[in-house]
Amino acid sequence: MKRALILFLFLISLGPLALAKDAQPVEDPQIEQRMQALTQQLRCLVCQNETLADSRADLAEDLRREIRGQMRAGKSDQEIIAFLTQRYGNFVLYKPPVQPTTYLLWFGPFVLLLAGTLLLYRYLRRRRELIQDQPLTAAERKQAEELLRQ
Amino acid sequence: MNRLLLIPLGLFIVLVLFLLVGLRRDPHEVPSPLINKPAPEFQLPQLQKPNATFSAKEMHGKVWLLNFWGTWCVACREEHPLLVQFAKTGVVPIYGVDYKDERGAALQWLNEFGNPYTQTAFDVDGRVSIDYGVYGAPESYLIDRNGVIRFKQIGPITEDVWQNKILPLAKQLNQ
Repeated sequence: MKRALILFLFLISLGPLALAKDAQPVEDPQIEQRMQALTQQLRCLVCQNETLADSRADLAEDLRREIRGQMRAGKSDQEIIAFLTQRYGNFVLYKPPVQPTTYLLWFGPFVLLLAGTLLLYRYLRRRRELIQDQPLTAAERKQAEELLRQ
Repeated sequence: MNRLLLIPLGLFIVLVLFLLVGLRRDPHEVPSPLINKPAPEFQLPQLQKPNATFSAKEMHGKVWLLNFWGTWCVACREEHPLLVQFAKTGVVPIYGVDYKDERGAALQWLNEFGNPYTQTAFDVDGRVSIDYGVYGAPESYLIDRNGVIRFKQIGPITEDVWQNKILPLAKQLNQ
């Protein structure tokens, strides 16, 4: 009885091990690592707020398989990104390329910063002009000192 | 001073306009980079005749509609009766790519709901659908005589899309 129980527990403990084995990539770890690094920068088109690395959508799985295959075939990251943008457009890139249609996106914040700085500068200068330096008279000074002493 | 106060108001109005336009757009409709590009070549076994093939090359010189579907796709079921209806008009032949599917299930589907496709190609692993940048089935491509993609519909073709987009464009391309 005891032995049966031990055997039973032992077999149960093997369960997760077998599952873990299933989930493990049979891939070359180097390619797997490269694939992970690349897909972290790419958007999954099915669930658009997830990266291609994290998404469990069918399409993401197929694309990861495709990317692995291309890496094994010796394609560079650039070539793989080109492969994907030719099919799905720049939308798959989390970091959009710098091109005329994205100039506003890339440089807009700096333009706003510059405009803000200019406005602030002008405002501060005008304010300084408004402040007139009027030294206190002797009587006023005395009054102020009395107020402070209280 | 009053003029300065107008600047934030102006910026606010611009922001509201951007949101008004941006929030009404469907984020799932990503413009395809394949529009006005040659349709990717492919050669696949036919759904009904596994030993025979269908290739995009055969369609050169014709205006045709290529529809990606699968029995696992809920929106395809919604679209299907409309496709059957559209096919009957005979304006543009509809060709199907059944992808990531089971042959038996697909054949049963066509038997049950009618077959709008002149021919159906069978793309088991979905490799061709990747070449076409399919990400939200069903997707349809209107391809001209030179094999160039002229229009892409992401998601089911509706009566409105058929009447106002596909039909006029197909007629124009057929001239």
